[in-house]
Amino acid sequence: MSAREDILAALRTARPPGEHPLPALPTFPGVEGDLLAAFQVSLAVMGGQWVSLPEGEALGAFIRARVGDGPLIRSATDELPDFPRVDAVNRPRDLENVDVAVVRARFGVAETGSVFLSDHELRVNTIAYLAQHLIVLLDPVAILPGIADAYRRLDFAEARYVSLMTGPSATADIEGVMIRGAQGVRSLTVVFAPIG
Amino acid sequence: MSATTGHKPVDHAAAAAAFVADTPHLAFHDKRLWELRQKRDGQMHGIPEWQELRDLASAIKEHTLSRLPEYLEQFEAQAQANGVRVHWARDADEHNATVLRILREHNAKTLAKSKSMLTEECEMAPFLERHGITITETDLGERIQQLDGQPPSHIVVPAVHKLRADVARVFARTIGGDPDNSDPNALAEHARMTTRPLMLDADAGMTGANFLVAETGAVVVCTNEGNADLSANLPRVHIVSAGVEKLIPRQADLGVFIRLLSRSALGSPITQYTSHFRGPRDGAEMHIILVDNGRSKRLGQEDFWTSLKCIRCGACMNTCPVYRRSGGLSYGAVYSGPIGAIINPAYDPARYAALPFASTLNGSCTNVCPVRINIHDQLYKWRRLIAEGGFLPRKKVFGLRVMGVVLASPTLYRLATASARMAVRVLPRALLYSRLNAWGRDREVPVAPKESFAAWAARHRPAKK
Repeated sequence: MSAREDILAALRTARPPGEHPLPALPTFPGVEGDLLAAFQVSLAVMGGQWVSLPEGEALGAFIRARVGDGPLIRSATDELPDFPRVDAVNRPRDLENVDVAVVRARFGVAETGSVFLSDHELRVNTIAYLAQHLIVLLDPVAILPGIADAYRRLDFAEARYVSLMTGPSATADIEGVMIRGAQGVRSLTVVFAPIG
Repeated sequence: MSATTGHKPVDHAAAAAAFVADTPHLAFHDKRLWELRQKRDGQMHGIPEWQELRDLASAIKEHTLSRLPEYLEQFEAQAQANGVRVHWARDADEHNATVLRILREHNAKTLAKSKSMLTEECEMAPFLERHGITITETDLGERIQQLDGQPPSHIVVPAVHKLRADVARVFARTIGGDPDNSDPNALAEHARMTTRPLMLDADAGMTGANFLVAETGAVVVCTNEGNADLSANLPRVHIVSAGVEKLIPRQADLGVFIRLLSRSALGSPITQYTSHFRGPRDGAEMHIILVDNGRSKRLGQEDFWTSLKCIRCGACMNTCPVYRRSGGLSYGAVYSGPIGAIINPAYDPARYAALPFASTLNGSCTNVCPVRINIHDQLYKWRRLIAEGGFLPRKKVFGLRVMGVVLASPTLYRLATASARMAVRVLPRALLYSRLNAWGRDREVPVAPKESFAAWAARHRPAKK
């Protein structure tokens, strides 16, 4: 018999006795009220930063002003036509020299300060990790209360790759000292900007 | 932990004694893990439905385990429809051979991998290295352990038994750097600068899996450092190693497990990256190896099958007074701490006979477990099986037999406690703290009262009228 058949047969024989019904998932109250404020607090806990695009200011100019002219920027969003694009490379590793990447998240989660980024938003998945710094655009009205709310959405099942990203890469593997910037981005800044 | 027998039994007490003798390491280890436990408590108190989430997580896992063949077939069909190649492995050897076959198909010589306890269990690294593959562990703690030639000592924080100066020395010896600069920022930066190029150049990448979603075919990987997402997204080949018990039925179930996992593990609300791999990128390949390696056998053990609910958060380790004061390496096994003490004996009861005794049975492990595994009950049940199987050391068998006789007879018990009280008061220190008395090791025996409680109570009981 193949390994597959053997394993399935062994698991069938070993089936635990008794009934073990699959529970229905209840809805818990969770984060209520000002989701934007809750998101900001949660994001800060996870080491992320945030800033709001001032009303009337152009997104491109705002980001340029923050980043400066020196660093190499790559954008994964059509909202920034003047910025070099991430998918102008042949291989995922070719983004290794990028200093700042700009991506648009589909939604955020107030409970944890996470943002939803799939291969659709990232275009090249490695951009969110190889860049030194990540700027994530998020529409302040696209914030869900909780993680459980996020997992009720179909967005996960339509993408080949999704990451719920929460702050920058981090490690505390040496004596528990928290270090932001492990192998992925050193900083993650959410820019609250309505979809243009 | 391939199922090879004939290894020497693990002497947990002796290995722990060496760890305990090193005061700075012991003190830090104890403090750091207790800090994680307290952070976990803080998170728990912020979630009013915490206990209900544990009930749900437990029920979902028990349901899935009771229907595992059906969910595995559903997962396989979904994954294949998403363009993933699914492999099955009965044991460690089949798993390792499958990995090697995939690597050879791509002429891959280098493998960047993120943390996976299953590959430790399968002893994959030494196998692949014998076949000319260079492996880079990319999680910082795991990398430190790899460079030091040691297994991980904790399933979430692999190098938690090391101090910063240890890390500086390991790096200086292996990947360069100043042995005297033990600033954690500098050390982490050095690890970043030396590991990233290895990920960029790797021919293949490998990750473990925290959850496999039957409904969507998704592989869910929860990490903090960004190393798993780089290892999976940079090379043209991504191999996932996953035990068959990682299944959950529905995507929405993640709304229970993701809320519990990092809060229980590190006391953080979520990991920095909660990543969902459903299919290969254009021009790339994704492989999933579904591994049994003793799991189907454990599923058939009525007293122990619920240990398969484990989501590998490590909360039971962080809370365990024995683990905190003996260090993960003293367990001599892939899985250490309370969960290790109930998993390892299923593979080799003779070799791991000592582990279920490395516990005070205080039940703290059971109380913090996010999927409500009755760990301390299983520890007790393993003790019985190990005793019945004849795997106990002779000294312990004799002691337990004497105790059994004494405790079964009130007369003998009264006689024994009276002589013990007398012995503690009159015996010379040299004898009381000798090798004969394990209770006198590392501690002062309390001052013995002159009379027993029973005698005291008899004197003070009001005279019956």
